[in-house]
Formats: sequence, structure tokens, C-alpha cells
Amino acid sequence: MMRFLLLFSRQGKLRLQKWFTPITDREKRKVIRDMMTLVLARQPRTCNFLQWRDLKIVYKRYASLYFCTGLDDQDNELLTLEVLHRYVELLDKYFGNVCELDIIFNFEKAYFILDEFLMGGEVLETSKISVGVSMEEADTLQETMEEYMSKPAY
Amino acid sequence: MSPSVPLQEMIRAIRSARTQCEERGVIQRECAAIRAQFRQSDNGGRSHNLAKLLYVHMLGYPAHFGQMECVRMIASPRYSEKRVGYLGAMMLLDEKQDASLLITNSIKNDLSHSNQYVQSLALCTLACMGSAEMCRDLAPEIDRLLRASNSYIKKKAALCAVHIVRKVHDLGELFAPAARSLLTEKNHGVLHGAVVLITELCERNPETLERFRKNVPDLVQIMKGLVISGYSPEHDVAGISDPFLQVRILRLLRILGRNNEAASDAMNDLLAQVATNTDSTKTVGNAVLYETVLTVLDIKSESGLRVLAVNILGRFLLNNDRNIRYIAMISLQKIVGTDHNAVQRHRGTIVDCLKDQDASVKRRALDLSLALVSASNIRSMMKELLLFLSSCPLELRSQAASGIFNAAERYAPSQRWHIDTILHVLTTAGGDVRDETVPNLIQLITNASELHCYTVHKLYRALLTDISQQSLVQVACWCIGEYGDLLLRGECQETEAVQVSEDDVLDALETVLQSHMSSPATRGFALTATMKLSTRITDNVDRIRSIVSIYGSCIDVELQQRAVEYNALFKKYDHMRAAVLERMPVIEKNSPGHTNGESTGEPVKDIQPAKVKQGGPLLPQQPANQVCDLLDLLGGSEEPLQPSPAVAGTAPGLPANTISQAGGDLLDLLGGLEPAPLAPAPAMPVYEKDGVTLTLSCEKQSDSGLTVTLTASNSTDSDISSFTLQAAVPKSVQLHMKAPSGDSLPARGAAKVTQMVVLNNPNKVNLKMRVRISYNSQGSAFQDTVQIDSFPGLSAAGH
Repeated sequence: MMRFLLLFSRQGKLRLQKWFTPITDREKRKVIRDMMTLVLARQPRTCNFLQWRDLKIVYKRYASLYFCTGLDDQDNELLTLEVLHRYVELLDKYFGNVCELDIIFNFEKAYFILDEFLMGGEVLETSKISVGVSMEEADTLQETMEEYMSKPAY
Repeated sequence: MSPSVPLQEMIRAIRSARTQCEERGVIQRECAAIRAQFRQSDNGGRSHNLAKLLYVHMLGYPAHFGQMECVRMIASPRYSEKRVGYLGAMMLLDEKQDASLLITNSIKNDLSHSNQYVQSLALCTLACMGSAEMCRDLAPEIDRLLRASNSYIKKKAALCAVHIVRKVHDLGELFAPAARSLLTEKNHGVLHGAVVLITELCERNPETLERFRKNVPDLVQIMKGLVISGYSPEHDVAGISDPFLQVRILRLLRILGRNNEAASDAMNDLLAQVATNTDSTKTVGNAVLYETVLTVLDIKSESGLRVLAVNILGRFLLNNDRNIRYIAMISLQKIVGTDHNAVQRHRGTIVDCLKDQDASVKRRALDLSLALVSASNIRSMMKELLLFLSSCPLELRSQAASGIFNAAERYAPSQRWHIDTILHVLTTAGGDVRDETVPNLIQLITNASELHCYTVHKLYRALLTDISQQSLVQVACWCIGEYGDLLLRGECQETEAVQVSEDDVLDALETVLQSHMSSPATRGFALTATMKLSTRITDNVDRIRSIVSIYGSCIDVELQQRAVEYNALFKKYDHMRAAVLERMPVIEKNSPGHTNGESTGEPVKDIQPAKVKQGGPLLPQQPANQVCDLLDLLGGSEEPLQPSPAVAGTAPGLPANTISQAGGDLLDLLGGLEPAPLAPAPAMPVYEKDGVTLTLSCEKQSDSGLTVTLTASNSTDSDISSFTLQAAVPKSVQLHMKAPSGDSLPARGAAKVTQMVVLNNPNKVNLKMRVRISYNSQGSAFQDTVQIDSFPGLSAAGH
């Protein structure tokens, strides 16, 4: 299973953090610091895999954002690259040509998409289309509820 | 979906803050406003506020005051509030927080909500931060959802069940039946969840694993469907249909097929098909191939399939993509033990990867190269490894150095090659080698007696070029001290001769002594080496004397001590100097921590190679009546030699060779102290009755091991037959009786019977042995018992 998923920029700003195991705040900060240090120090055309403590770290850079995740020993690193890629594709489909700003200003949507794609550190839905459909329906539900309650849209 | 204006305004405000201080100010203001809003009872903007708080939390600021708000929002009937509330719960609450228990009830209610999106929020949150109690509470609900709901919920329930099983292992039994039935579903999401759940169950419980083996044909069927099926737009990734599901199925098959012939047979064809048909131009195809290879190598596959798998790995090694090469090396590392020859075929490529730019790839290549070293390829491999060592990144150096040493030790084709290799490593990476390298190398050098000349010449040259590598300098000093005469003689068969004068050598040693780069240990080596040269050179003894006396007032206590003692050797004990500073005998490899070797006439065992670092030969014991300061000084610095049995434990013992070679002088010095017995340990009579005599002698083999030899003889006029000995020892001592030499004792001591008994006394208890003797003589049987309380050769001090 994936232990965590982090998105951060080249300047070391965290854009998204998802933890799939219970760990303390202090430990979280340490992991974030270590990941940033390790990943940002890597040269451009090097391998996307690292070893850190007892975890395999897989990272991929998309434009200005680094997607970084920690895996158990049994997990397939090459497949995880595909998982990261699929998540980016989902974001791209939802936001339309996604960029870092979209993720900053709509971070809660990024989380909702993530929760439709991964759960408990495992892939939840393998179909590209289903995730998009679920997100649409959930958003519609939110809006209709809002309209019905005649409250400002969230 | 229109964006939240207040939230986005806040984000903009925070981002436009130019300094950290400004940012903190903005955030503090916002948090105060949020707190105030939380306190108001019903508020339309609740979800905005919580969202703002979550953003602030992601920046790293404290947000714990939002926890109760999350709990409240989750209980709200509005979907928008629930959505943000659950998100907040996943970010702010974890099982360690007390507030997490408060949402259990809300989750329970939402799990049976009419709207599937509300249900999914609850499932997601439970799978993310559900504690063990929450899981136990809600497990039956999840099981119900696994059976009777739509695919959307089923797939989420499956992964939620995975989380529950991880938290509370016993609940695995609960989900097994539902998991099995899910395998018949068509929806890929549900199938995937089912496979993950079954994998988790099988990994945790061997019985469940047995039961799920029956499903191997079903899994094979599903997999075949994926591989052969036509193009499916929603699941296709670069020509592979649903690679995520394929990889998970392969992983489950691996677990089911491990150690089981029948299951492995059932999946053989499928694996062969996947291995040959999968397109390997893109990463996704390689991901599937990788998983296939791992599965083939782990189950009981037939040899053809195994060869296919290793070949795939070989192809991976040649791939341009670094990731693929890295993966290949990791996999090859796993099988290098079992399929060694197959991996050897790819040795060339692996060695090439040592030169790769990437540090991860280099590390893997190093591990694998070291594993592939064998007697046949040692020379070429070592060349590559040494080349690697000179250019490898710092973090890999010590690993590379120790790997090279191990390889050299196991497969060295000749001693000269071995010494050359070690010297090469010391010159390139001397700072990163382990501490035992120095004594190991010294021991190696002493053993290669025909190479002493060559070695000392080489080391001298190395010393002249560079004195910064401590290990190298230490070994060089030691060698120059020991074999300085060979160096000065100038001629050498193996390497070109260089004329070295005594002054040159002393210059070199003095440079080491005075350099600030030398560590204290190194300087100790240099000083002792200088001293040893006083017996090997002829002209410059005065220079040595002056060097030594200067260091008599050195600040470093260790050096000062040595210098003072060596000074004493020059002055009062000059007649002993030659004997003391003689050439050392060959050091035998002793186990570390071996401190109790018996001196049984072999001069070697007394010397500890591990302690050679501390310097050269020992000084003799002072006679007991000269309780001078030197004795106290000696106590601390000398190698802790094991005392010979007859010598009292206070003063350090003598190397037995000094006794044998220096003749009578030292023995006289010792005065009342007896020298170490040079003969083998004497036999002690332990039983004598009715003409049957039993003598015992023992020999220490190791720190706790002892071999006792019992010898029986018969001095009566009649023969004795069926002579047997039985022995008993205290509980913690281990006893092993070897076969006796015979069981008959002819009359009048014509022949003896010997019996060896091997004892192991790890707890070092007081050793006693009870021996029962039984034999037949003149037609009647005799039996007797004797207790042995003291064993000759085991001194009180040594034990």
C-alpha cells in the first residue's frame, strides 16, 4: 500500500498531503522535510526511485509540482508511476489543463478527486471515466442542495 | 462548480504577503475570524470557514480548534457541509485524537444513508482514519454493504474492509465469504477491490490462503479476459487493458502459487502468455512484465518459464530507461542466490551500470556486482570494482571498500594480488575502511613471507607520496619498522630496486610523527617503528635515540608513555633491546575477543592481531622485587596478553618466543616466577585402584571449549575387557564423548585406551566431571566412580 502522497513545488511549498497510515504531526513534518530534501536534490534525468528508511519512494515531476509517494516493499514501483500519472490525468480532465494554481485555489477539489481514485493506500477505481462521472454527480448534488437551501454556492 | 469566494480571497491574501511575518499576520487574523464564526450557532458560511482552516493547516499552522467543528459539520444534513466536514476529519483527526470517537455515530448513520455519495464519504473517512474500535463497531455494516449495494459502494466497501482487516486482524474471517463472491462481478473497480481484499486476507491467515487457492482458475480466467480482450476505452492505458487490475491479480497469484505445485501449474500457461504478449515499449507494459517476472520467480514454475523470466530481466538491463534498469537489478539481486548462473550471464551489463550517472542505479549495480564475484572472474571484476571505487559517490565508498575486501579474501588468486588489491583500496579510499582492516592487512603481510621485501618497498613508496590516509600510513609504518632491513638492502625481486638510505627512512617516519594529519594511533605506530629500526639499522641509532627522547615529554599521554619506555630500553635494558625488538613471528588468525589461549609451546597463540594497533613488541616483565613506576605504566599500555598458567595474573605475560629465543636472561629476570610450560599440558592421574589407572590431560581449544583426554592403563596381570568410561558434567556445560580407541586393556600396561571428551563451558562455571569406569576382569564386572574437581592446565587466573 502507499503510505503517503505528497505534492510540493520546487520551492518547497506543500500543496497536498495525504497520509494513509496514522502518524503524529511531528512525524509528518519530519517525513515532509526528508522527502523534500531528497527529491529536490535529485538531478533531472535520474531514476524515479529511491530508498528511504524501509520504504520505496517513487516521485515524478509534472511541470512545477513534484508528486512523491512512499511504498511498501511488495508494491510495484513501475505501476506506481502509472498511478501518479493517472491522478494527474484526472486532475487535468476535471480542471481543464490543470496547473499548480488550480490545485492551490481548489485544494479541496483535488482532495475529493484523490478520494475517488485512491483509498486506504490502494487504487480504488481503475476507469478514467468513472472518477470524472462521480465527481460531477457529487458536485451537482452539492450545488442542488445549496440552491434548494438558497444559500450561497460553496 | 463556482469557486468559493471567501476562501479564494484568503488564499490570494496569504500568497500576496511578501514576508513570513506578514503571512503570519494575515493568518492570525483569519484564524481569529474563523474561531469567532465557529462559536456562532448556525451559519451559512460554515463550510467556507472550515475550508479556510484546512488551507491554513496545510501551510503548517495549528488548526486543532477546528476539530469539534468537523464533528459538527459531519453531523449536518447538508451535503456540502458533510463533504468539507469529512475532509477536515481526515486531515485534522486521527485515531490518536479523542474527538475521532465522536464521529463514529455519524459515520454509522451515514453508512446507511439513502444517497450513495454520503455513504461514500463515510466509507472513505473510515478507511482513512478509522481506529480499531471504530472498525470493530462498524465491520458488520461494511460486510452488509459488500454484499448488497451497487458497484460504486461495493468497491469502496471492499477497500474499507481492507483497512479494517489491517487494523483488526481477526475480522478477516468475517469478510472472506463476501470477498469470494465479489470475484464474479464485472465491474473493474469492484474486482480490483476484491482482489486487494483477498490478497490482504491471504497474507494474514494461512488457512484462508488454502481456501482461496481454489479460486486460482477463476483468477486465471479473469486475467486471460483482460489480456486477450479488445480495446476498452475506459480501462485502456497505452494498449494494456486495465494494468492496475492485471498487476494486482498477478500479485495475488504469486501468493497463492508460492510453495504449491498444483496452483503453480494452473497459472503456468497464463504467465507464459502474459510474458510473451505484453508490449514492453511503454512503462505500463513493463510494469505488468515486472510483476509477471516476480511471480514466475517466486512460485514453483517450470524451468522454461523461469528462463523466460530471467531473460526478460536481461532485456530490462539493456533498456534505455533508467527506471527499468534499476528494477531489473533489484529483481536480479533477489535471485542471485538461487539462479546464480543465469544472472552471471548478464554480468557484463551489470558491471557497465557501475558507470551510470545515477546514484540509485550505481548502488544496485554495486550490490549485484559484489554478489556475482566468483573465483573465475575475480581478476576482471576486481579491476572494475577498483575503478568504481575511485569514482564512486561518498555514501557508497565504505560499502564498496568492505565488499572488495570480502571478495579479495575469498577469491584471491595469489597473495601478492591480495596485498596489491588491499593497498590499492587503501590509497583510494583509506578513510572509509573499517578499523579491522589494518590488523587484517598486517596479518596478511606477515603470512606472505616471500613478499616482505616487495611489500615494504611498495608501502614505502606509498608513504612518500601521501601520508593522509591513516590506515595506509599505519600499515606502512608497521612494515617499515618490521622489515626495514629489507628496505635498506635495496634489492628486490618483484619490483624495481630503489636505493633507500637510513636517513630517508627515518625522515619518512619523522614526517609522519610530526604531521598534523596523523592521528594519535598513527603516531604511535610511527614511534614504535622508529624504535624497531634501532635494531635493524647500523648508523643512525643516535638519531633514533634523540627522536625517542624528544617524545618523552610529548603532551599525548600514549606517545609519552611509549617514548619513556623505549628510552628505558636504550638506557637500562639495552642488552635486551635486540631481543625485544626482534622480527615478529607469523600472526595466526584468532577469533576476536579470544583472550585465553593457552601457551602450549606454540609461540603464536599469545599474540592478539586485533590489538596490534597499539604497537609493537612488549616489554619484559619486571621482576617482582622491582615494583617500580614502570610496572604501573606497563599495566595500561601493553597488549593484554593471556597470562601463562603458572604466572600470577598481575603483570602481562611474555611472548613465549622471547623465552625460547632470548635464552636464559629473561628467565633470570623473572626470578621466582616460573616460566610458561613449553611442553604440552601434563597428564594428571585421577584414579588408581586395583591396578587400573586413569590419567587426565586437557587442552584448551577456545574461550569456552576444552578437550579432555582420558587415558586408561592396566598394570595387573590379567587382561581387562569391555572397558567403558562414562562422564557427567554440571548442567550448563556441554559434553561430547568421542569414540574410545578400544575397550580392552591388556595386562601389564601393554597398551592403553584413550578417550577424548570435548567440553564446552560457555557460562564459565566451575568445571567438575564425574567419571564412571566399568570393566570386566577375570570374569567379574567392576564399576567405580571418580569425581574430578580440578583440571590441569586451567589456571585460576586464566579462567
